[in-house]
Amino acid sequence: MARYDRAITVFSPDGHLFQVEYALEAVRKGNAAVGVRGTDTIVLGVEKKSTVKLQDSRSVRKIVSLDNHIALACAGLKADARVLINRARIECQSHRLTVEDPVTVEYITRYIAGLQQKYTQSGGVRPFGLSTLIVGFDPYTGVPSLYQTDPSGTFSAWKANATGRNSNSMREFLEKNYKETSGQETIKLAIRALLEVVESGGKNIEVAVMTREKGLKQLDEAEIDAMVAEIEAKKAAAEAAKKGPPKET
Amino acid sequence: MKLDTSGLESTSPFFGSGDELCPELSAAPSFSLPLSTDDTKATLKHAKGTTTLAFIFKEGVMVAADSRASMGGYISSQSVKKIIEINPYMLGTMAGGAADCQFWHRNLGIKCRLHELANKRRISVTGASKLLANILYSYRGMGLSVGTMIAGWDETGPGLYYVDSEGGRLKGTRFSVGSGSPYAYGVLDSGYKFDMSIEEAAELARRAIYHATFRDAASGGVASVYYVGPNGWKKLSGDDVGELHYHYYPVTPSTVEQEMAEVAGA
Repeated sequence: MARYDRAITVFSPDGHLFQVEYALEAVRKGNAAVGVRGTDTIVLGVEKKSTVKLQDSRSVRKIVSLDNHIALACAGLKADARVLINRARIECQSHRLTVEDPVTVEYITRYIAGLQQKYTQSGGVRPFGLSTLIVGFDPYTGVPSLYQTDPSGTFSAWKANATGRNSNSMREFLEKNYKETSGQETIKLAIRALLEVVESGGKNIEVAVMTREKGLKQLDEAEIDAMVAEIEAKKAAAEAAKKGPPKET
Repeated sequence: MKLDTSGLESTSPFFGSGDELCPELSAAPSFSLPLSTDDTKATLKHAKGTTTLAFIFKEGVMVAADSRASMGGYISSQSVKKIIEINPYMLGTMAGGAADCQFWHRNLGIKCRLHELANKRRISVTGASKLLANILYSYRGMGLSVGTMIAGWDETGPGLYYVDSEGGRLKGTRFSVGSGSPYAYGVLDSGYKFDMSIEEAAELARRAIYHATFRDAASGGVASVYYVGPNGWKKLSGDDVGELHYHYYPVTPSTVEQEMAEVAGA
């Protein structure tokens, strides 16, 4: 008798929405995703699970653009993501049509979050099982933003955030190492956060960089490998330096 | 065609009608709207004779209008407010059906305010005029009569759009709408310079309205002039056109040629 009401989104006696919480569990099982906001660059990074040999990797892009100046990465159920992304893309164009202005990052985040919330308050539907990281530049002021939404429909702005598998460790790393960065430094910070939880190597990470002038650019494997190599070299040098000085006494 | 009923109900933020998830948001109006026939255009549209104008210049936007309402040959009012204050930084002008203009401008004001609250920034003149144009387009053919100019100042500077009930929307720097518009255009176009001061622009607008009221029977009353600048709109003047006439053409005493003499006898 106590179990039956968990199939649809109704309150439990102690005030939980179990379906929403289970959706958050689905997110926690999804691939790791990280977003870092710099002063002129915003970076999204996603874990790529070991590529299946026959699969055409270009058809499984995990970082997508919603408009020229907005990009999205998510963790969780990828099929749900497709639906949400399509709705968001339509809304971006619809906004351009009705007010002759591109959407702001906050507007489209609010729209996506509102959509996610709607599905927690209706009969016969389940919530979307994904959290999204939305990045972009404000079309007029040029200010970069990073937002995160989750299955409950809440959203907030972040300087840097992670979601999906092992997001806690990534967030801890970001909290310890975050500082205002720009350009290459921002990309490196994002990759370093991802490398905390992902096997190192260009083929396990997907990284996309958004700048005001050039929009979204997906980094290819070679570029990622080069950065990973730089980061590892720096890390090794730092370790060596730590061990070095004491011997000189 | 699908009517834009968003003006008649509380704003639904995400979905239009037809979405099963939120049936309460898709209630259509319960009355059936009439299809337009020629009669609808002629009945009680008592503000169709009018002169309104607006133009963009260096300092902002100047908006001016007369205040006469006529029903055929009968002047029903000399004191109609034809410049409608949508919000502190946007004005709309009235030409066509007075009720239509007033209602939809008021409705536009509501939508602009909701946009501000939701997006934490003011709506642009482009956006506001587009919202109005879309609503008017969805009522196309149903008898609305609106010929309005939306003038305002937003992040990109001064903005001026002409919107009408056929669904047309034009961006421009000089517009005049109404039965007196040909006369107003004559004065406006010949006197217009982009580099005018606020006083010069106001005087041009006032003169254009005055000359239109002089020749057009359906225009008259008071010539109101408003200025829209970076801090919003401000009413500059409202002068009776009868008095303006003597201001522009003062009475000069002419020499008497022949005095009338009393005729002796009955």
